[in-house]
Amino acid sequence: MRGHVWRPLLVVIGLVVIILVARMFYVPDDFGAQDRGYTFGFHRLSNEQEWKDYPAKFQDSEYCSGCHDDKSEELKGARHAMIPCENCHGAAFDHPDDPEKLIIDRSRDLCLRCHSALYMPSSGRNDIPGVNPEEHNSGLECAECHNPHNPSLEEM
Amino acid sequence: MKRRDFLKNAAVFVSGASVSLATLEFFDPQQLLAANPELRWGFLVNTHNCVGCGFCVKACKVENDIPLEANVTRTWVERYVIMKDGGVVMDTPKGALNGFTSKLIDQNRSGMKQVADEEIAQAFFVPKLCNHCDTPACVQVCPVGATYQTKDGTVLVDRKWCIGCGYCIMGCPYGVRFFHPEEHVADKCTFCYHRISNGGNTACAQACPFGARQIGNLRDPNDPVAKAVMNQRVGVLRDEYGTKPQVFYIGLNKEVR
Repeated sequence: MRGHVWRPLLVVIGLVVIILVARMFYVPDDFGAQDRGYTFGFHRLSNEQEWKDYPAKFQDSEYCSGCHDDKSEELKGARHAMIPCENCHGAAFDHPDDPEKLIIDRSRDLCLRCHSALYMPSSGRNDIPGVNPEEHNSGLECAECHNPHNPSLEEM
Repeated sequence: MKRRDFLKNAAVFVSGASVSLATLEFFDPQQLLAANPELRWGFLVNTHNCVGCGFCVKACKVENDIPLEANVTRTWVERYVIMKDGGVVMDTPKGALNGFTSKLIDQNRSGMKQVADEEIAQAFFVPKLCNHCDTPACVQVCPVGATYQTKDGTVLVDRKWCIGCGYCIMGCPYGVRFFHPEEHVADKCTFCYHRISNGGNTACAQACPFGARQIGNLRDPNDPVAKAVMNQRVGVLRDEYGTKPQVFYIGLNKEVR
């Protein structure tokens, strides 16, 4: 064959080789079709482990009662016992090491998430005591009258 | 041979041969197990129990480092108000990050709307999250293999591999995907893969005081989620898309999209 055919052909072959070599280095060994096949499982396998190692922020209420058993005892039987500690006290992370103190959300808005009266006839929301936030002691924090761990005013 | 005998023999031979062919087929136990593995994560939402407090949304954002004030979220709660005249209004202020505290329903361009109590026929909340479909459209459209499905059914995004083309965000019929404003890749609910793989509960299910959200193993007949999916009247969202969603809803109305 003549030179004018060979030269561009060699350039193309060279480019293909370069791309293939670069791909060999760039694409990790564990990349490919995994358990769910080419359509749904084509990925880098080690990424599954990376997601498993993602740091968790929330512990759970049992973790809290490991030290604060007096508080969890106080909560037992109260109507707020169903609420996980961390919903108001904030995610525990590595408390008590880091952070040493958790910032408690005592805001009115937090209480109103459930206790703002809405008419929701096909939802559990209707069974929760609700107030109109504009009429019910507006400007006051709820915790000034209600104990969040035992909110019933009669039992206070 | 008579014609009658020929037909008789042929019928006997054909039926005999088909039986023996079926019995000769051997099943590879590993292949069967792969098609039906021992673990398949599924999610159950009981809409009757949801009160729209939005603790799930807040917990999800904190747990998964989604900026609180950014207008994106991996899970959200929708409020549906169905009126006696048949009209439907729906909203999800900030994805219900701060819950539902007002009777005003956000109708975008047409402003805030308040429906009088006596006009309301039905009103309820519907939590939404990634359906971790069996045949996920979002995974199929990824051109680089950055989003994928694990053996146990969760759909994840490889943040190192995602090029941010956005096909998956467009491909998802449920709109659960978004661009992560800090990571600059496509992001979505992982079923809290880091928590459930290490024996924990998802952040949203754990934060829910009313048990409206539950995660479980659909292959375990004793799992409460699997039991509910088998024995109760559950529905899924947008079945017609053929994505086989694995988030099941108790008390799903036709108005919910």
